[in-house]
Amino acid sequence: MKAFVRQKGLVAPLDRANVDTDLIIPKQFLKSIKRTGFGPNLFDELRYLDEGYPGQDCSNRPINPEFVLNQLRYEGASVLLARKNFGCGSSREHAPWALEDFGFRVIIAPSFADIFFNNAFKNGLLLIQLDEATVDRLFDAVEQTPGYRLDVDLIAQKIMTPEGEAIEFEVDPFRKYCLENGLDDIGLTLTDNSHAIREFETRHRASQPWLFRGEAANQA
Amino acid sequence: MAGQTLYDKLWASHLVSSRDDGTSLIYIDRHLLHEVTSPQAFEGLRLADRRPWRIDANIATADHNVPTSLKERSAGIAGIEDNVSRIQVQTLDDNTTSFGIETFGINDVRQGIVHIIGPEQGATLPGMTVVCGDSHTATHGAFGALAHGIGTSEVEHVLATQCLIQRKMKNMQVRVEGQLGLHVTAKDIVLAIIGEIGTAGGTGYAIEFAGSAIRDLSMEGRMTICNMAIEAGARVGLVAVDDTTINYVKGRPFAPTPEQWDAAVESWRSLVSDDDAAFDKVVTLDAAAIEPQVSWGTSPEMVVGIHGSVPDPAAAEDETTRRGLGRALEYMGLHAGQKITDIRLDRVFIGSCTNARIEDLRAAAAVVKGREVAGSIKQAMVVPGSGLVKRQAEQEGLDQVFIDAGFEWREAGCSMCLAMNADKLGAGEHCASTSNRNFEGRQGYGGRTHLVSPAMAAAAAVTGHFVDVREFVDTPVPTKRAAGL
Repeated sequence: MKAFVRQKGLVAPLDRANVDTDLIIPKQFLKSIKRTGFGPNLFDELRYLDEGYPGQDCSNRPINPEFVLNQLRYEGASVLLARKNFGCGSSREHAPWALEDFGFRVIIAPSFADIFFNNAFKNGLLLIQLDEATVDRLFDAVEQTPGYRLDVDLIAQKIMTPEGEAIEFEVDPFRKYCLENGLDDIGLTLTDNSHAIREFETRHRASQPWLFRGEAANQA
Repeated sequence: MAGQTLYDKLWASHLVSSRDDGTSLIYIDRHLLHEVTSPQAFEGLRLADRRPWRIDANIATADHNVPTSLKERSAGIAGIEDNVSRIQVQTLDDNTTSFGIETFGINDVRQGIVHIIGPEQGATLPGMTVVCGDSHTATHGAFGALAHGIGTSEVEHVLATQCLIQRKMKNMQVRVEGQLGLHVTAKDIVLAIIGEIGTAGGTGYAIEFAGSAIRDLSMEGRMTICNMAIEAGARVGLVAVDDTTINYVKGRPFAPTPEQWDAAVESWRSLVSDDDAAFDKVVTLDAAAIEPQVSWGTSPEMVVGIHGSVPDPAAAEDETTRRGLGRALEYMGLHAGQKITDIRLDRVFIGSCTNARIEDLRAAAAVVKGREVAGSIKQAMVVPGSGLVKRQAEQEGLDQVFIDAGFEWREAGCSMCLAMNADKLGAGEHCASTSNRNFEGRQGYGGRTHLVSPAMAAAAAVTGHFVDVREFVDTPVPTKRAAGL
């Protein structure tokens, strides 16, 4: 996972509530057995005027000029400004993979769906929840100011606006630790907890043997 | 001290360790795998030179993009015509074979949608933690199991450590009290709940469904309700254990052995919320007031009773909502004030992890029996949730009822619920669907989904538009067919 410490990035506004993961990455692209290469199909049904299929060269497809990410002023954006309940729907991690592959590192919204929120942090994305009034204000500022950039500092948990305002945000300490160090949490779990897991498992097996079918754990 | 909720109990009984930062390590008893969200997790294991922690906790099957036509299915994986799908299904098979994980292959009668086969096999038990790389894992909460969907990174984490790093959710109780009307089903209850609390209403909560109307439901009905907890924003849906639960589990292949049975039942009896348990939020619905529901828009909260109308965006309380409603109407090709019964349909889909169990097929067949699919319907299909559901339906003669009426009778899989295989809507087509999501493009590019119960879908298939199934069932069956001629 890519570490995230601080980033000053161009902001793209996606002004619609309840953006679901089917919209972020349609199902036909979920047939891939890889983790990479989803960027060209991010928001496929909004970005293009035709139906996309896996493995296609997207450079010749008809573009929807009205879609925000197709507008020149948002080219190279790394901060996505969104509305409430962003990422609702399925658990597909292809959604954060696609957002990350496209170039986003930060998503700001009034609320996120639970599973998406979890998945995003495991892929180097920083999700920031701000109150609706602040998000509204940012939408206005982005709309009015071409080249609007936000300076997002994970360590200080602050967003600096071009106007010089500092917006503080909350982040779960464990997620922050993993993100700023680019850490894979499987390694952490095994290092810190292998013994505790084995002990738990022994007790669990003794009290509810019907939950286990095979022999004891095979982890060395 | 206040009592514990069912969720509190399940959490406590699986807690391996807690950290000062509020995260906890939770032990996972059952991990279900399918072809779409697992390949990258297995690849991650291999790259890190790790092995699954406990092989026997895992069960796998291919469901999301398997074909449902007999022609393609009869040749097994090699028969899958779509190259990309075939590679994905083959990859699951290769991965589970190399790690020794029990797999129900594409032509095994036990194959089916993961959330149908888990309970069917007794692989989902009360008191378990159950996870799967699929958001509809909430289904298994119907058994008093702590079950939720996870992403692929977490699939890998569970494979490698048998645990997940979690934060405890808040507790919500949704009480549905009173008696449901005739032909009003679990699907109508859950759609009405989502209409009430919205698609983000349950975000951050584990929802326990309670009240007399929930207790009166069969396990199939409870699974339908918990299945769609995620459409209300909650990763976890739960129903307390009672005799209905225990009787369903008894004798299933993965259920406790006869020697273990009494101890298991005794332990399961405690899987209810204590009388004095505190919930962070309580919502109550009157079962008798619930009409058969139909979704009209592109989010499951955009739902009304069959006698309702499409809302007017102008009446919305804020600008974001107004634009959202307007966009949904435009996408759906509907206009404000349009009566739900005036929506004409092109296709009908009876299937999915929400509504493809035997009880669902019985309910639909009861409506269809002796009648015919309307001439204006291009396709009506029934996709059983598993090979075993299909076999049972055939033993009961339900397949013939559907086929006689003009339905297609298919092989088990997720099918047109998410249209990863060949079963999909054309652009602009309206579909009465027993599935769980009506998002833009969900059932096919430009497709228009209306979420309904199996009985409502069946009635819509016969009439070609939505109709109140409570009134429809009283209309006479055509005499020619009633006489069996």
